[in-house]
Amino acid sequence: MEYITITTGFLIILAGLWAIMTRKNLIRIIIGFSLFDTGIHIVMVSMAFVKGGVAPILDKKELLTDTAHKIVDPVPQALVLTAIVIGLGVTALMLAYAMRLHQEKKSLDIESFKDLKW
Amino acid sequence: MKKLLVLFILAAFVSVLYPLYSSFHGSTGLTEVSQFYASKENIEKVNSQNLVTAVVVTYRGLDTLGEVTILFLTAAIIAFFLKKESDKRTLRKNSEIFKTAAKLLIPIITMLGIYIFINGHLTPGGGFQGGAVIASAVILMFLAFPNMEFSHKFFESLESVSGLVYVGLAAFGAILGLGFLDNAILPLGKFGELFSAGAIPVIYSFVGLKVGAELSNILHKFKSVQADN
Repeated sequence: MEYITITTGFLIILAGLWAIMTRKNLIRIIIGFSLFDTGIHIVMVSMAFVKGGVAPILDKKELLTDTAHKIVDPVPQALVLTAIVIGLGVTALMLAYAMRLHQEKKSLDIESFKDLKW
Repeated sequence: MKKLLVLFILAAFVSVLYPLYSSFHGSTGLTEVSQFYASKENIEKVNSQNLVTAVVVTYRGLDTLGEVTILFLTAAIIAFFLKKESDKRTLRKNSEIFKTAAKLLIPIITMLGIYIFINGHLTPGGGFQGGAVIASAVILMFLAFPNMEFSHKFFESLESVSGLVYVGLAAFGAILGLGFLDNAILPLGKFGELFSAGAIPVIYSFVGLKVGAELSNILHKFKSVQADN
């Protein structure tokens, strides 16, 4: 099970990198960054998975004794929660820049922004 | 030529990631830090049913404070970049079905968001998730009633007050001598009930309000600069 998720995560990372490098539309490049982010989150969560463990929510009596051997790791999940929020902020910022660029040139094609190209 | 370069970079990336992948054999137990968090005396000390929330709000509370700051910074930069209010847009009239459904759904979605952040210490969820759900109700409002007045002032003051209360509660723990962001400043209550885990539900509710207000402000900025071309 954890092999399926970790393989999917790495494939999504590569797909995001491919999208960042080859797409021409700014929105699609931003989607590529988002994919890259999501892939890393999936890899982190699947590394935290412990065989036979349940989610770290102690809503049953029997989970309260010997807790450490019955749950999956809560720390990477908390880290991923932080990472998702940061990713959301970065995506919102990139979209704002894309809107601003579109206001300037009326185009989202990356080829039409040559001001900094030598 | 360009395709070859792309392929080369992808291959280089794969060769960097492959050792990580091949050395992964599935973890068999918790790390030492997590074992400390999941030990019986520490569970009783924090008294939160959801261990992830305990890690996010109490043990790693300072990280969450930084995270909230980053979100605030994002909202500030977006407000700086997209400040030009555009002329009136010509909008297609929304259908009656959409408007009625939105009127029915917006209060229910907002209530779900509030439920998610109030129960953050008992069930999966918490301030960030609840805030995002509330912002989704706001975006539905923007789509259904585009000409409605959006009170910028209200959302901005809600956000500032929530942020101040969060920092104030955190500092209160330090003043009492328990530590910055300690949750024992309020009575811990009975394990697994709504009023348990000390200050965690209070802090997470304010985080939820702050995140919801902030995302709504960002969405309004995105909406207000759009113009017809």
